[in-house]
Amino acid sequence: MAKIIVVTSGKGGVGKTTSSAAISTGLALNGHKTVVIDFDVGLRNLDLILNCERRVVFDFVQVLNKEATLKQALIKDKRCENLHILAASQTRDKDALTKEGVGEVLDELSKEFDYIICDSPAGIEHGALMALYFADEAIIVTNPEVSSVRDSDRIIGILQSRSRKAEAGETVKEHLLVTRYNPVRVEKGEMLSVEDVEEILAVPLLGVIPESESVIRNSNQGTPVILDEKSDAGLAYKDMVSRLLGEQVDYRFLEAEKKGFLKRMFGG
Amino acid sequence: MSIFSYFKKEQKASASIAKERLQIIVAHERTTRTQPDYLPKMQREILEVIRKYVPISEEDVQVQLENSDECSVLELNITLPEA
Repeated sequence: MAKIIVVTSGKGGVGKTTSSAAISTGLALNGHKTVVIDFDVGLRNLDLILNCERRVVFDFVQVLNKEATLKQALIKDKRCENLHILAASQTRDKDALTKEGVGEVLDELSKEFDYIICDSPAGIEHGALMALYFADEAIIVTNPEVSSVRDSDRIIGILQSRSRKAEAGETVKEHLLVTRYNPVRVEKGEMLSVEDVEEILAVPLLGVIPESESVIRNSNQGTPVILDEKSDAGLAYKDMVSRLLGEQVDYRFLEAEKKGFLKRMFGG
Repeated sequence: MSIFSYFKKEQKASASIAKERLQIIVAHERTTRTQPDYLPKMQREILEVIRKYVPISEEDVQVQLENSDECSVLELNITLPEA
């Protein structure tokens, strides 16, 4: 039986797809058979981040409509053999995502994979609800910023009331992932700290990804940032995946780099 | 931070304002999250009925639903203006 994990946030642009790509690649690198599904029907982007946009022949919606088999639609990642991708369709056929259909596909994938990562669209509409409905665990991606924190709380409420687990009287295991964290601004009192976000949302922390230029640099090239050994964000994702797998890993990149005397005097 | 920034005016850290505001709004939204969907509409209708007889404003009607194990208690608190 596969573990189903939804990557969700409510708000758009906080790093769900970047995180989904990094997490699924990380799990695959650790030897787990992993499939990542793009639930953003009409606005697919996971294929771009994972550099397989030109290899999409069949998509998730076609599988749901029985126009293609799962086997035909799954794209094998070229960098890690344990990773498969199921792309969203680019047409606006959101009604194709039915509870029964999605459930069937997940059941079938469950037989073959260890982890199923569901990359949720933004918002709290149908696509987002379908992405989280079957989840065993949820990774809540949050930026240290007011609107993102509020929307995260909203999606947590939905996880606790409208997921399959909630309907069965069980709980979805929640994890907090803070992204685009800037320790320099936190020290100046200009940005919510990780502790603040954790306290407000009351969800246990799984990872903190520092704001980093390397994220866009890697997405430009279609490389999941977790494969970039020189990137602080990539290393932070690696730590996060290890924690997800049950290891104890210390947090890095939470404090601003100490500046030298000259820099402190003259700025920079 | 450079030597020049010491001359700038001190201001309250914006992060602590953000935290305060979030704690309030999140707490408020969590209480409304657990209430049934019909509650806001019912509250409006109750308000309209009372308004037929007494002029009151929206804030004068407080509706609260408390759930215990066995039953739910609907608490209505209406403040009437002094006659």
